[in-house]
Amino acid sequence: MSKAIIKIEDLKREFTMGTETVHALRGISFDIKEGEFVTIMGSSGSGKSTMLNILGCLDQPTSGTYEIDGVRVKDLSRNELATIRNEKIGFIFQSYNLLARTSAVENVELPLLYNSKVSTEERRKRAIEALEKVGLGERLHHTPAQLSGGQQQRVAIARSLVNNPVMILADEATGNLDTRTSYEIMSLFQELNKQGITITFVTHEPDIATFSSRTIVLKDGAVMKDYKNENIQSAANELAKLPKQDD
Amino acid sequence: MRLLNLFKIATKAIILNKTRTLLTMLGIIIGVASVIAMLAIGEGSKESIRTTISAMGSNMITIKAGADTRGGVRQEASVMESLTLSDYKAIKAQSNLLSYSTPVVEGKGQVINGSNNWPSSIYGVNPEYLSIKVVDLQSGSMFTDAEVQTAAKVALIGQTVVDNIFPDGQEPVGQMIRFNNIPFKVIGVLEEKGENTFGQDQDDVVIAPYTTVQKRILAIDHLNQIMASAISEEEAPNAVIELSSILREQHKLADSEDDDFHVRSMEELISTFSSTSEMLTILLVAVASISLLIGGIGIMNIMYVSVKERTKEIGLRMAVGGKGSDILMQFLIEAILISITGGVLGVLLGLGATVFIEKFLNWPTSVAMYSIVISFAVCAVTGIFFGWYPARKASALDPITALRYE
Repeated sequence: MSKAIIKIEDLKREFTMGTETVHALRGISFDIKEGEFVTIMGSSGSGKSTMLNILGCLDQPTSGTYEIDGVRVKDLSRNELATIRNEKIGFIFQSYNLLARTSAVENVELPLLYNSKVSTEERRKRAIEALEKVGLGERLHHTPAQLSGGQQQRVAIARSLVNNPVMILADEATGNLDTRTSYEIMSLFQELNKQGITITFVTHEPDIATFSSRTIVLKDGAVMKDYKNENIQSAANELAKLPKQDD
Repeated sequence: MRLLNLFKIATKAIILNKTRTLLTMLGIIIGVASVIAMLAIGEGSKESIRTTISAMGSNMITIKAGADTRGGVRQEASVMESLTLSDYKAIKAQSNLLSYSTPVVEGKGQVINGSNNWPSSIYGVNPEYLSIKVVDLQSGSMFTDAEVQTAAKVALIGQTVVDNIFPDGQEPVGQMIRFNNIPFKVIGVLEEKGENTFGQDQDDVVIAPYTTVQKRILAIDHLNQIMASAISEEEAPNAVIELSSILREQHKLADSEDDDFHVRSMEELISTFSSTSEMLTILLVAVASISLLIGGIGIMNIMYVSVKERTKEIGLRMAVGGKGSDILMQFLIEAILISITGGVLGVLLGLGATVFIEKFLNWPTSVAMYSIVISFAVCAVTGIFFGWYPARKASALDPITALRYE
């Protein structure tokens, strides 16, 4: 039995909008174990984004406990949260969020710039390794403008790997990509997952969920379904099935 | 290490926005350059006043008879005959702060050599006069104390007088000239000094022993002035005080009475002129400082826009572990770098402008080290001050909102 990286118990998050209180999350509990590939699904308004913000240590729950890698997140200061994000989480966004006019390798180095334990040489070495892992070893010095959408997302994935996080947190990571490229990215995720990396993927696309090992479906701020995927599709196979492009 | 990284991030942002950075810097560059150039002009004119006055003898002290009221009628100072040779002797005997002193009597008249004549002034002095006025001789020699004693008819003449009464280039030394029909033997020619600050021709003079001028030309026994030179420029104000007390005693003035003489040192003249040019400098610097301030506001403006424009980037930096303080430092370093680089360029431009002003406009300039230090310090402070607000704003952003910002 592998250890739990994420422990969530009776998690609640409320927002006050004027005089009304909005219950975004109404008591959610689940664990994510090391090496899992979890998709969190739900339509808009399901509490998915709030869940993501809390998982990413960008937001704090109103009540309940959230533990990441043995650290209780509740009541941590802004700075302590920043350190957890820096050391334990790798973020991937829908719109890549790469720094413009900045080379791939420098983009990947970014999280390590905020970690004073990593020297300049090691930073560069790790960034290059991460880019090689996502298949961009040849494009270290290309700027985002010189890369395709899929390649930009690969740079973002490399950036999320560079600090050796306990979990990669992806937010609609394929939302801006065409089917072919999203399958390519999903197969990269599956490959990374096979190497033992824990991935939490927040999405509203059902077919993405078929590539993961477990799916948690949220509705109205509560867990509606939480099931293991018995029949995990291989993104690489799906990619092969797509009609060949002419160009 | 962390600071070094932030420094790298800030430098990178500046390099990525070259044109914008340069335009932002422009305000600071112009501000600093104008402060430096203005101060250089101010300092330059102050210095040139000081040199001109020093050339007249900066330790020089002059004593003149003061205005007096006789029978209720106020008299012009020159009419007064209150300054006498015994005053001079008392000063010579009692003062410790003077290195040289001479009685002065002066008159106007016609200098004649053969068929050439020229209106000039004659000064009756003793041999120490040359040291007080810091004048050398072109040729010949000064008269001696013995010649003063015997009221010898010898004279030294300035270049203007030479030019006018010896127009054919004759050697004047040894020649006989007449001043108001009294014959004098020319024994020396004074070094050329040109015009002084007030436009007076300092070479249009005839110098003779004061005894001679008193007896043979003016027929007076009082003195018009006493000139002296303090042992140093610093001691000049003390010498003025000392001379006043000697003269008050000489003139037997009661405590309630005002001085019936004027003692003036060049120091007063220098400070009068300096304060005028100082005021002008302050005015110029005030104007220049305003442009520096506007430059600072320019930085704030651009940094503010830059923070807005880079909201998403700030969100990302926070998401991957940048703390509020990191973001604050990043933007602050950026603002300071802009202002300091602008400061360096401004100093260079200011020095360039100063050289230009000196070379092509022929204005005296002098770059004071303090002006560079001050404008540089002001730059750094401007950067911190005007960079703080936008940087603070950036660091206070909520990462979630910043990430979603479009």
